Amino acid sequence: MNLWRQPGFWPSFLLVFLSGLVVLVLRQDTLRETAFTVLMFIGLASSLNILMGYTGYVNFGHIVFFGLGGYFGFFLVSEMGWPVYLAALGGGVLSSILAYIIGAAVLRLRGAYFALATIGVNEAARAFVSNFEPFGGSTGLYVNFSAYDRYGGAGQALWFTFILLWLVVLAVIVVSYLVKRSRFGLGLSAIREDEDTAMVMGVNAPLDKTKAFLISAFFPGLIGTLYFFKNGNVEPDDAFRFQMSLEILVMVMLGGKGLLLGPIVGAFAYERLRGYLLTSVIFKNLHLATSGLVLLLIVLFVPGGGVGWLRERFPKLRRWLE
Amino acid sequence: MIHVLPSIIDGLLIGFVYGVAAMGLTLIWGVMRVINLGHGATMALGMFCTYFLFSDLALNPYLGMVAVVVLSLLFGFLIYGVALQRVIQSGYLSTLLATFAVNMIIIGIGTAVFTTSPRNIDFSAGSITLGPVILQGTRLLAALAAVVITGALYLFLYFTRPGKAIRAVSDNRAAAELMGIPSSHVLALAFGLGTMLAAVAGGLTSTFFPFTILSGATYQLKSFVICVLGGLGNPLGALVGGLFLGALEGIVPTFMPVSWVPVVEFVLFVLVLVVKPTGLLGAK
Amino acid sequence: MRRLGLGLTYLALVGLFLGFTALPNPALAAEKTVTLGFTASQTGKLNVEAIRQINGLNLWIEQVNKAGGIKLPDGTVLKMAAKFYDDESNKDRVQELYTRLINTDKADFLISPYSSGLADAAAVVAQQNKRIMITAGASSDSTHFKGFSLVYMTYTPASLYLAGAVDLLAKLAPEAKKIAIIHEKDKFSTDSVNGLRKYAEGKGYQVVMFEGYDSGTTDFAPFINKIPAGVDAVMGGGHFADTTTLTRQLYEKKVQTKMIALLVAPPEPKFAELGEACISVVGSSQWEPVAKYSPEAAKAEGVEWFGPTVADFVKEYQAKYGKEEPSYHSAGGYAAGLILQKAIEKAGSIDTEKVKAALDDEDMYTFYGRIKFDTTPKAHGLQLGHQMIIIQWQKDKQGKPEKVAVYPPAAATGQAMVCPVR
Repeated sequence: MNLWRQPGFWPSFLLVFLSGLVVLVLRQDTLRETAFTVLMFIGLASSLNILMGYTGYVNFGHIVFFGLGGYFGFFLVSEMGWPVYLAALGGGVLSSILAYIIGAAVLRLRGAYFALATIGVNEAARAFVSNFEPFGGSTGLYVNFSAYDRYGGAGQALWFTFILLWLVVLAVIVVSYLVKRSRFGLGLSAIREDEDTAMVMGVNAPLDKTKAFLISAFFPGLIGTLYFFKNGNVEPDDAFRFQMSLEILVMVMLGGKGLLLGPIVGAFAYERLRGYLLTSVIFKNLHLATSGLVLLLIVLFVPGGGVGWLRERFPKLRRWLE
Repeated sequence: MIHVLPSIIDGLLIGFVYGVAAMGLTLIWGVMRVINLGHGATMALGMFCTYFLFSDLALNPYLGMVAVVVLSLLFGFLIYGVALQRVIQSGYLSTLLATFAVNMIIIGIGTAVFTTSPRNIDFSAGSITLGPVILQGTRLLAALAAVVITGALYLFLYFTRPGKAIRAVSDNRAAAELMGIPSSHVLALAFGLGTMLAAVAGGLTSTFFPFTILSGATYQLKSFVICVLGGLGNPLGALVGGLFLGALEGIVPTFMPVSWVPVVEFVLFVLVLVVKPTGLLGAK
Repeated sequence: MRRLGLGLTYLALVGLFLGFTALPNPALAAEKTVTLGFTASQTGKLNVEAIRQINGLNLWIEQVNKAGGIKLPDGTVLKMAAKFYDDESNKDRVQELYTRLINTDKADFLISPYSSGLADAAAVVAQQNKRIMITAGASSDSTHFKGFSLVYMTYTPASLYLAGAVDLLAKLAPEAKKIAIIHEKDKFSTDSVNGLRKYAEGKGYQVVMFEGYDSGTTDFAPFINKIPAGVDAVMGGGHFADTTTLTRQLYEKKVQTKMIALLVAPPEPKFAELGEACISVVGSSQWEPVAKYSPEAAKAEGVEWFGPTVADFVKEYQAKYGKEEPSYHSAGGYAAGLILQKAIEKAGSIDTEKVKAALDDEDMYTFYGRIKFDTTPKAHGLQLGHQMIIIQWQKDKQGKPEKVAVYPPAAATGQAMVCPVR
């Protein structure tokens, strides 16, 4: 398949590519910080979408891979002295291995039972890491400030991390699209619609689900390492925030699950909305309640999410809004 | 080893209250197939309700519980009508997110109104010393209240018409509707009852632990664990699960650091889900 | 002709007026506003302590500006202004907001958020953007082992928080041997109790229990049930909310011991609301209104005095914030301002490098105690001068809880007591 000739691929890819490029051209620190947060959530939401959107398995523990992978990657940077790009890969690989192990157990569950199990996995991971001494226990790990010197000082290191994140998020989008358009992706859709029928029709559901879970888990590990490296430290409570898992889920829903563009639009909209509410005078104290209200309205009245709604409303746009 | 006894008793007493909260969650799941992510926030509201009745109206917290019951039942109907009725047929993802949205709204408004400074109900029911065991009065009374509530719920579900209707819908919604049971009323009632149980459990907790609007989150997670241990959708199982979890929290710290308790809890939770999803009691 | 004359006069007047406004007015010579940027936890679990800290800082800003600002040698007058955001005690937000403070709000200097975890996150941003940050309300030693060169600490480091309590125990109950430690598992508390454990074991004590609890814990029964019988002292705690609960439950569970020494909460005036449960509890405080620092004592040590006296600070604070007695968090907020003020005055500039050099040289006494920083690369910015005061809650004549400074002897306003039988 020639990726470059697919109309559904370009809007998503260009959106992320160009926004990253704009930040790089303008070189403003505040803009970079904001863009970092938004890109991070786009990456997390898009990778969650590979499991949740394509197979219909709701994962409340997506942040586990962000946390554990990030922790491991950070460990490689701070304790082993690895360069951050290799460490991030290490974090991603570990996340995938963990996904394989966890998946072997919990992917046998369906529907709400799977969702509940992932909540348990998230809490167990957080509690475990906060007691695990090699990862610094409850006080976590940190890098010495001089670690940034090898990238030409802290300022350069932040830009470097931003570029890495940008590339990772672009990779998430490419992989998402390839999966969706492949035979494997069709199998996943079949599982989403009716798992038993899919198996009768020859879809190897256990294998396909595990594969989707592995791919979905790989990217949060990468992103986690980059994020903690930027922060300079990592603690259990930052790495395994259940709230964050839920927020990512909300982003996917907001944009439209199962669509390539959905999580991107959702993450962007949610983050901007939150940023705006947090700094506005009127809504400062009510930002959480307002976000909740927006979510409720979406769930009740626009269940397909923003992009899903557009697809329904303007059938002609469908080939562009995958 | 003399520590084991007071530890287990403390754990069991608190387990009763966990059980009541979990009963609410499991009832809602059993009847409606909804995982209520607003459960913890509702518990926190129950805490605040009890607190204000106590501190502003000087109402005894246990008498105040009557007001909590009425208010939370109505609140449950309201949430059902606004957030759930429309999506109850559209699968668990929609209802999950709808209840999560409710959770955000409650916590958001609660944070703005009450701030997040801890509150404390300064109510003491003394303490009883039995040999090496010192029991706090408030915990004993809370356990007692939990038993009474469970009894009342049992009587309601098995001996009244609406109660029987709830069980019928829980067993098979389609069949119950064919028999002329107005299922949307029953669903609203079930959600109201579940909300009420959460609020009451919150109210009882607030008599011995300080709390903020965010305090519900911990209990909500514990409720999930309990529901799974006792079998999802089984109210009696929830109470037993609550006691089991309480006892576990009492026993585990005697041979390993207390901070490992959540690891044990959640690993057990995942194991039970994977190995025996019908719960430890293992109905069917 | 007459009309022309009038017109000319008018024009001349307008011209004069315009000329005057355009000319630099020597009386208002180059006034510049220095922006102090920080985030604060107005909501979230740390808000009690954080708000007091802001109160202290705001009082300093108000006083500096009222006194006409800071005058630089080149005639520039610096007025102080604060710019802050609510970080909800959430680290995620802290870094984004500090970047915003530096780049968008053009903050010249930074004050840390409250609590060590948040301060660490902010320190990275400060250092990356080359801004000086004074930490207030953050006392983890580890912050200063990370290679920062622009971060300066107001508080005595965490590892020394409860050392005084151990010394007091030795004096109060020489036969005491066993200490149980129950602590919050956050950065600050963990640093403190690790320091405490090392110190106590160095003095020949036996640490018979060492357990951590998660932030936000409300049920301490499992920990209290685990305290071995015959323990001579229970030490630890964490921040205000959890430590208060721990104290209450220790009382309800009738734990019998000679000393209870806890972090952060005991010095807070609000701690008295515990009533009977707080009696005999010992805490260490960065500062107390009864502190005896004075210009005379400073002179005797040969160190310069700077800023208001203790009595003046207490009076002004209470005048501004009603009856509320300043706690050490309030004093810390004010002291952070003083540290900056002194350095800016000495540097005669707000240039980061020059102020940094002045801070490295700083050695002074204030109402808050002595201020001097570690300047070695290994622990740069660590507070070396300041000392803790040990306080204890006792009953006054009416039977109400009253805070008494009991250690070191030089600062003591009363005698320490052993825990009564419960």
